[in-house]
Amino acid sequence: MTTATTAAARTRRRPRLTRDQALLVVLGLPGALALVVFHYVPLLGNVIAWQDYQPYLGLTESDWVGWQNFSFLWDGNPEFRNALWNTVILTIIQTVLIFPVPLALALVLNSLAGERLKRTLQSILYLPHFLSWVIVVALFQQMLGNAGMLNTFLVQHDLPVLHVIGAPELFKALITSQAIWKDAGWGTILFLAAISRIDQEQYEAAAVDGANARQRLWHITLPALKGLIVLLLILRLGSSLSVGFEQILLQQGPVGLQASEVLDTWVYNNGILGGNWGTSAAAGLVKGLVGVLLVVGANKLAHAFGERGVYEK
Amino acid sequence: MEKPGPVTQALKFIVLGFAVAVVVIPFWSVIATSLADQETINDAGGGMVMWPGGGVNLDSYTAVLSGGVVTRAVVVSVGITVVGTLLSLAATAGLAYWLSRPRAWGAKPVLMLVLGAVLFSPGLIPSYLVVKEFHLLDSWWSLVLPVLVNAFNVIVMRAFFQELPKELFESAAIDGVGAGTILLRIVLPLSKAVLAVIGLFYAVAYWNAFFNALLYIQSSDKWPMALVLRTYVVNQTTIGGDQVGGAEALPPQLPLQMAILVIAIVPILLVYPFLQRHFAKGVMIGAVKG
Repeated sequence: MTTATTAAARTRRRPRLTRDQALLVVLGLPGALALVVFHYVPLLGNVIAWQDYQPYLGLTESDWVGWQNFSFLWDGNPEFRNALWNTVILTIIQTVLIFPVPLALALVLNSLAGERLKRTLQSILYLPHFLSWVIVVALFQQMLGNAGMLNTFLVQHDLPVLHVIGAPELFKALITSQAIWKDAGWGTILFLAAISRIDQEQYEAAAVDGANARQRLWHITLPALKGLIVLLLILRLGSSLSVGFEQILLQQGPVGLQASEVLDTWVYNNGILGGNWGTSAAAGLVKGLVGVLLVVGANKLAHAFGERGVYEK
Repeated sequence: MEKPGPVTQALKFIVLGFAVAVVVIPFWSVIATSLADQETINDAGGGMVMWPGGGVNLDSYTAVLSGGVVTRAVVVSVGITVVGTLLSLAATAGLAYWLSRPRAWGAKPVLMLVLGAVLFSPGLIPSYLVVKEFHLLDSWWSLVLPVLVNAFNVIVMRAFFQELPKELFESAAIDGVGAGTILLRIVLPLSKAVLAVIGLFYAVAYWNAFFNALLYIQSSDKWPMALVLRTYVVNQTTIGGDQVGGAEALPPQLPLQMAILVIAIVPILLVYPFLQRHFAKGVMIGAVKG
């Protein structure tokens, strides 16, 4: 009798399983298709880096030119070289100056006693992350621009005006402070979560042994955060040549390209606006590959130092 | 543990007080200036104010919202945000559900596809060409379809689905319930938190969308808020009467610009309390499981 029921159940379940599988595929397919069409097809579209692409001829009719677009970049096109240079400098600035800010902020926040005060402060500091760059740039203009709040105040008190916005020599400082303003608070989330997982008994034991606050920070908190710091640094490397595209594009006008052009804006200005599709695609491709290589390389390095990295070996 | 010394304590409060002031003051003064009248602005030397003075004055808001380019942009942005968020959530949840079920057909290679999409970004020029080849240029769909699915969000949602108790699925299967019913009756109701967070992430992204709009939208009557903001607030293009529904007596430029800025910020401020209850958790799932 048992065999009869299981056999009957099996014949009933087979079509049900097939139907379930088909349903899963149908539910998931639109999303998968969107990824293929708008993520993987463009990846293939990078072949125009080897073409003299002409929009009216299209992908199939345009001439193939070998490595010419790449050699155009290697041979030191001055605008490209300037963009590359600005990008590298900004990458270094961002890693050295922007990266540690959320960590420092998280440590200060964590040392506060009141849970409610901590929560409130966090909520306020996270907020700018959700604003678009257009809004952030507009806010900065209203605060620091020539007719902004700061200068209105200075004029009213007979002090000299500060040209913070639109000054080429201050552009990198401006970009950096905007990036800190927007995302430093948001960046504390991961650090605070990691800190909250540290075993409290370690601190108590250290305190009993006479370790002061700075020693506890140095010997307990920071070592516990090492893995996360390495992970975030690696992730950062992957996007290291992306140094704030929208933000910079929005503010290029008054400062000029010499000070403000970076790889991403060069690709846009030279390609989409200038119509030099091939060289721009080549530059974008090289940039993307460098990012991936940096992540893979840094991950290898992390493994060599005994850290987990982004992915396991 | 001993109490920190007064110097350390004071230093802490200075640092945090400064951080909070730097975030709050810009919002405050933008709102105050948007409500100020000509006289107050003149008294401030033509610049931003910290207090509207002479009472709250809504002229700027009535002017920019009484038809014209700003009003249209608000409608466009709301439309794109609502439609985009719903489609994105459906596509993301569908894909995540497929990839979260054990022994689902084709799930393994598709998962690799999703992970690859997190690692490799397609590049600006080829993306533009794909949108162009699909004849999406200057269409609102160009702001939705290319960003329909965020691979990272798929991974977060899949992780959430996988964490649902296995027993629920097993007992449902024994009761002879199919995958569709399990999704509708069990998975989705239990996943309200993650749906809310991911939905709000998508909504914020759609509302803020600037670069794709700059790239793909050509005619100014299709502009979303971000392009209006860039033109009239960042680039300070003068707002004329015909841009704000032909108002006769136009309020001064600065409060008008600040009103546009406030209108762009308000939706974020409205969803923020809901968002921030959940997002730490959502981000953690993504970071730990991803």
